[in-house]
Amino acid sequence: MSALRREDASVSRRTFITSGLCAAGGLLITPHMASPAHPASAAPFGAFLRVPRNGKIEVVIASAEMGQGAYMGLATLLAEELEVTMDQIVAVPAPADASHYAHPFLGDQITGGSVSIRGYWEPLRKAGAAARTMLIAAAAKEWGVVSTTCRAEAGIVIHDASRRRLSYGAVAEKAARLPVPQDIALKAPRDFRLIGKHARRIDAFAKVNGTARFGLDARPQGLKFAAITICPTFGGTLKSVEDSKALKVKGVRQIIKLSDAVAVVADHTGAARKGLAALTIVWDRGVNGALSTDDLEQAMIAAMDAEALVAHNTGDVGTAEAAHATAVNAIYRMPILAHTAMEPMNCTVHARKDRCDVWVGTQVADRARRAAAGLTGLPAKRVTINNHLLGGGFGRRLDHDGVVLAVRVAQQVDGPVQVVWSREEDIRHDSYRYLNMSRINIRLGSDMMPKSWRHRVVGPAIMARFLPAILFKNGIDLDIVDAAEGPYDVPNKRVEFVRHEGPVGMLTGNWRGVGATRNAPAVECGIDEAAHIAGVDPVEYRRRLLANSPRLRAVLDLAAARADWGRTLDPRRGRGVALLSAFGSFAAMVAQVHVGQSRKLTVERIVCAVDCGVVVNPDVVHQQIESGVIYGLSAALFGKITIRQGAVVESNFDDQPVVRMDECPLIESFIVESAETPGGVGELGTPGVAPAIMNAIFAATGTRLRSLPIDVSQPRRS
Amino acid sequence: MAYSIKVNGESHSVDVDGDTPLLWVLRDMLELTGTKFGCGVAQCGACTIHLDGHAVRSCVTSIESAGSGAVTTIESIGSTPIGRRIQEAWLEKEVVQCGYCQSGQIMSAVALLSENPSPTDDDIDAVMSGNICRCGTYPRIRSAIKRAATASSKGR
Repeated sequence: MSALRREDASVSRRTFITSGLCAAGGLLITPHMASPAHPASAAPFGAFLRVPRNGKIEVVIASAEMGQGAYMGLATLLAEELEVTMDQIVAVPAPADASHYAHPFLGDQITGGSVSIRGYWEPLRKAGAAARTMLIAAAAKEWGVVSTTCRAEAGIVIHDASRRRLSYGAVAEKAARLPVPQDIALKAPRDFRLIGKHARRIDAFAKVNGTARFGLDARPQGLKFAAITICPTFGGTLKSVEDSKALKVKGVRQIIKLSDAVAVVADHTGAARKGLAALTIVWDRGVNGALSTDDLEQAMIAAMDAEALVAHNTGDVGTAEAAHATAVNAIYRMPILAHTAMEPMNCTVHARKDRCDVWVGTQVADRARRAAAGLTGLPAKRVTINNHLLGGGFGRRLDHDGVVLAVRVAQQVDGPVQVVWSREEDIRHDSYRYLNMSRINIRLGSDMMPKSWRHRVVGPAIMARFLPAILFKNGIDLDIVDAAEGPYDVPNKRVEFVRHEGPVGMLTGNWRGVGATRNAPAVECGIDEAAHIAGVDPVEYRRRLLANSPRLRAVLDLAAARADWGRTLDPRRGRGVALLSAFGSFAAMVAQVHVGQSRKLTVERIVCAVDCGVVVNPDVVHQQIESGVIYGLSAALFGKITIRQGAVVESNFDDQPVVRMDECPLIESFIVESAETPGGVGELGTPGVAPAIMNAIFAATGTRLRSLPIDVSQPRRS
Repeated sequence: MAYSIKVNGESHSVDVDGDTPLLWVLRDMLELTGTKFGCGVAQCGACTIHLDGHAVRSCVTSIESAGSGAVTTIESIGSTPIGRRIQEAWLEKEVVQCGYCQSGQIMSAVALLSENPSPTDDDIDAVMSGNICRCGTYPRIRSAIKRAATASSKGR
């Protein structure tokens, strides 16, 4: 979805602000924005700010908080212009309502693609500025003075000449009756008090004392708990259930049979899980009953030579290939990946005749609402989604299959029910990052620099179902080919796409770093292979190809310097570099690895330099880089879902391991100061990890790896 | 049968099977939802609580085996000096992201510092590698534990 970088540049947006009265008296502020989904008329944006007479100012956050710091970041934007301190405000999750809370770039209420700060950078600051202007005007009117002689500070309007002060709350109701200023000048960066400054995350305190409420913590009155098992084979169905033993388990209330799943409802999750284990279930394994990962990989290899669509074409690759013989020809292969967010999938639903209440942590609140409405036959306004904190998203909660399943269970339960997936179900019924294959052909001239670049991407078109209006054009998934052309100055470039979907019945979706994560290994290892043929240092080779990308070159130089690039390492150690230009940001990553005598790989150190434009919260940016790196590292080292006889083999953290503290390398992140419009950071750290490590392994051992997860046990000389 | 259980200094009686994991008793029956479910098989540490001061994984600790032991959860750990220092260090080092695993991380860290007031990196690895964080807060957890250890030694 970082392909949105191109989209948003072409969309001219304007923000309008309207105001209103709070139900309890006070000021409501609503920025209205034209968005790509509603280009003709300005889409109403709902109340983003409520200034009550008393108490904390509410900032309504349209983006889900899944660790990436959306509550903090978006609240900071508004608070900066409103002239309030962070402890005077409270972040409130927006209700599910795309007509009011659709993301300006995405056209739906979606939190993904690292676009929260980018999308709200202007509208939330304008909303804050409009509110501040109105609150000052209301106080000035009260005092009979001119607005320009007043100022605002920490939620108080001050008239210095007379030393009079009025709190925002005291004038909020009067402010709401004033005209809304439209052309408000926003602060110059030198006047920022919050943006770019260190501050404690507003969601941190509740997350260290156990009071933070995730989806799994919803506790509506009369709640029952359901453990669920879904047919292990994709697309299979339920044949029969023997449930007499389960019904005898203390606390078990009800066995629910769905066409593709069985749930046990009980007084607590422990009894529900025990009841589920006591069932004897016979499944019809369905059309995928004999499927294996090998079959899927073979099908993808066969698709490599199918007819392709051209996603990017500059110069004349064919002529350049005919003219230059020296070549890098390589195929890069990526596995199926699960997300394994810490909070297993869950959803709580109370389905009644006239209404449906849902408690869940989701990245797609309104899609969840529309789906629940569709299933129950209720109008959407009779469905309430109570969006909670997410115990990790990473793209998993961009799909609402868990909500659908929970509603289907709840329709058979009298009262609210919390459907809790086990870790095993969570891994075996993910919305998987599907297999990906990239073929890269680079031709070098007599100067050993690239003259042509051909990158063929084979994989699914997730955007055809996920965001067809914005990111699926002429049969091409604009996300899956994102950054496939690479950031380098090559006169002739061609990116080709062969659409190849996973088996019917298997849900495939978005995974942290989206398209960029699929393409970074081929692009960054491919250019490394070219540098090796040229006999030029990999950092130097890249530098020569970045004359037109000063921001990328700057992060490369910074990362190289901080990582001691060029300083000799012991034998069996090596450094590798990878660059990324995506999500409106720039990143350079240097990995240092050690490959032991027994070919044991240790990733020792990762240095990352980023330029993400104006930094809203520096701590959050550093956090997100560290987070993205470790998420990418887990996948690079261990991430692989295997299918045997139609079912996923892996089941828990023992057979689908992730990086733990003792495997976590030293990670250092550095931010290049920038006055450019903010870029995304939530996914910026992930794509470069695998290629940086693969390039480092080559430097250490001479082994060129071309498939993931990384396996250094099979030596293959390049 | 009914079991009596002491949690955060209060006694409760719950009518469940003896093999019911404490995790579900705490979360679903006592509504102490700060303790989290992550894997169900003692692989991830999200459900870590203290039983008589020792860190245990509540997803595999049955109410029967807990006996008359005193259970401490994240909800009350801040009332102990080490617990409070750990929480403060967590805030100071900006550890949390999604926050889901942090209850378990904090309970493991408090148990570590209770037994070893000045842990080395290896000591921290040995104890904390049982707790998974998918947001990748490990470097900050490590530095927060060291910060809390320093604060502890100054406080003595």
